[in-house]
Amino acid sequence: MSDHEYVPKSKFGKWFNDRLPLLTLASHLTDYPTPKNLNYWWTFGGILTFCLITQIVTGLTLAMHYIAHADLAFESVEHIMRDVNYGWLIRYIHANGSSMFFLAVYIHIFRSLFYGSYKSPREIIWIIGIIIYLLMMAAAFMGYVLPWGQMSFWGATVITSLFSAIPFIGEGIVNWLWGGYSVDNPTLTRFFTLHYLLPFLILGLVVLHIWALHIPGNNNPVGIDVKKPSKDTVPFHPYIVIKDVFALLMFMIVFAFFIFYSPNILGHADNYIEANPMVTPVHIVPEWYLLPFYAILRSVPDKLMGVIAMLSAILILAALPWLDTSKIRSAVFRPLYKQFYWILVVDVLILGYVGAMPAEGLYLLIARVATAYYFIHFLIILPVLGFKEKTIPLPLSITEPVLGDAPIASAVKKKESLN
Amino acid sequence: MSEKKPERREFLFTASYAVGAVGVGAVVWPLIDQMNPDASVKALASTEVDVSSVQPGKTITVLWRGKPVFIKRRTSEEIAEAKAVKMEDLKDPEKDEDRAKNPEWLVMVGVCTHLGCVPLNDKGDYNGWFCPCHGSHYDTSGRIRKGPAPTNMEVPKYEFVNSNTIKIG
Repeated sequence: MSDHEYVPKSKFGKWFNDRLPLLTLASHLTDYPTPKNLNYWWTFGGILTFCLITQIVTGLTLAMHYIAHADLAFESVEHIMRDVNYGWLIRYIHANGSSMFFLAVYIHIFRSLFYGSYKSPREIIWIIGIIIYLLMMAAAFMGYVLPWGQMSFWGATVITSLFSAIPFIGEGIVNWLWGGYSVDNPTLTRFFTLHYLLPFLILGLVVLHIWALHIPGNNNPVGIDVKKPSKDTVPFHPYIVIKDVFALLMFMIVFAFFIFYSPNILGHADNYIEANPMVTPVHIVPEWYLLPFYAILRSVPDKLMGVIAMLSAILILAALPWLDTSKIRSAVFRPLYKQFYWILVVDVLILGYVGAMPAEGLYLLIARVATAYYFIHFLIILPVLGFKEKTIPLPLSITEPVLGDAPIASAVKKKESLN
Repeated sequence: MSEKKPERREFLFTASYAVGAVGVGAVVWPLIDQMNPDASVKALASTEVDVSSVQPGKTITVLWRGKPVFIKRRTSEEIAEAKAVKMEDLKDPEKDEDRAKNPEWLVMVGVCTHLGCVPLNDKGDYNGWFCPCHGSHYDTSGRIRKGPAPTNMEVPKYEFVNSNTIKIG
């Protein structure tokens, strides 16, 4: 938190702030000292907030026209696309928005992996982030079911059937989730309810995520602790805000490209066929952002073990702050970790690719090797690397590598007048 | 304060928490149970099917409890193939006689026991069914032979009402 006490200038402001210190909060958020070396990989937090708000606003407006009933859902989505004013636009923003959301969250997660942002004292930020990521996957999955197309129906069947792998009570749980003996109308209505609820839970967790961030402050590309406020920091506003806005505009260009030029490229043609419980599409694939985990599920030949492997692949991330034994945060000073990091990136991309391919022959073999490597990275390489790796010496401050040991006096003076 | 008083208070706390927990449980259970299959879903528990027009070697698919049910009129080769399988070759050992009371008719829920897809007829390495989702192969008795599915396709409760009609459920 900022070191100085904020006192509102106006009399009314003071009166209000004494009763509800919103202005103190606003002042904290404005002055929040931020490391001055943050690069563009740090702009994805703001981009993700934008994505969440976009999904909530477009979702609310779509819900005004959508009908959550097995006989009407598919038609109501077509009604939105053809009849509702700008319905096509709102739906394409919402559908592509989920892909953009995941694109941003993956960059955000891999930023943390590269710069060691999950390490002490930021473990709670990281774990809240993983919970947000899990809820995002649940929200995205249930949202994909709502148009009640073939992929909606069979995706819902396959994913809910994962729970049938639980010994003894599995089948009871699946019938409870479905509200019947197969995916049907009761399943659709509850998925709609939960799909509506989850974004607000995510919003609450985002507040906690940012709160937890503001206790130690941002990590930075050098990964060393920064004295706050000091010559190594700048106030959040306007320095970081303007950088975030610029990055957001760049991101929105990509977003707009998908909405206006290829709105269906990330979807699946089979979802424009209405759900039919008698026919399974020849090739079921989840949305692209779930493919690596789908590949892990399919690479294990046993049903229960496959489900356990898939869940472990996600939950192992929550243990990351303790699996990574190195005290050095940033990969910039960890020559070996830097290489393993990029191997992991390639490994996850390979898993995503084979997840979209049929589970047979060479693809299955590649999926198995990539799955094994994924777990080896987290369970063996990271713990061992912390002890074995010879790291590069850390600089004393963010400023030191740029300006040398003795900072320019005038630069320091200017900074201090800001504090 | 004497030694007795805190104990008495602790007892009251424990008793209050216990009553509170029972109360919360009693309120939460209806909220959980409302998600279970409801009376209207359970009421659709049986279906009668006319099978007189099914030719040998053909399969018809009917909907029962929202799930497809395969009714296959097997040829004598298919029956022989199913009966010839050794028990030790099966992942989920089950005799063909136990799955098809009348060997000519195989009735089973057409849902892959892996993750619930509908397998395709007359496909796969064992001339039975093949699930396109994750590659499970079933034989002419609907038993799992290869792939991730853990068990054979389920045989529902059914009976022949007369020689042309099967009642499922």
